[in-house]
Amino acid sequence: MKNPLDSLWGTVVCGVLLTVVFYFAAVALVGHGVS
Amino acid sequence: MLGDAITRFLHVFSGIMWIGLLYYFNFVNVDAMKLATAAGEQGPISKYVVPRALFFFRWAAVATWLLGAGLLATEQAGPGGLNPFLAAFGLQGPLAPIGIGAWLGTIMIINVWGPIWQNQKKILGIVPATDEQKARARRVAFLASRVNTMLSIPMLWFMVTGPHQSIYH
Repeated sequence: MKNPLDSLWGTVVCGVLLTVVFYFAAVALVGHGVS
Repeated sequence: MLGDAITRFLHVFSGIMWIGLLYYFNFVNVDAMKLATAAGEQGPISKYVVPRALFFFRWAAVATWLLGAGLLATEQAGPGGLNPFLAAFGLQGPLAPIGIGAWLGTIMIINVWGPIWQNQKKILGIVPATDEQKARARRVAFLASRVNTMLSIPMLWFMVTGPHQSIYH
């Protein structure tokens, strides 16, 4: 399989997908925080 | 209060310089160097442009990280009165989003001073390297730079949205 980071737009798409994954992680972390 | 505003301004200023140069390398320089190399004209770019761009790139990264750390340390205390810097890096409660951004920025600065700069020194002839070592250094520096471009997208998202808690409820 081709490395997506060899393509500029593959890199951008990977970054957007990571953002979505981290967003849901952040929602879970904020919800479970002790305040 | 004014000190906080100045620190915040300088954090954003140096951050734009850092990520702007990262995007210059990835969106402009990689393809420009391929074309220039094919035309046998890569010399001036390697000699005059890349070393200067790398200088501001490396030190803007340091300034951005230090100023950001300073801003985090003066945030409101984290859950249970925890030091805000530790709460952010510990991904605790409301400081978790900015903490994710801070972790991504930290990984990126390690990448800048580690794989990217150490290999660029071989590519630019600052440290001696064989042609084979230079070819390998080119590939490693390229991939490290692409990893940073990828990470910069969520990093920017969390830096911009971290203080806006309503997005995460």
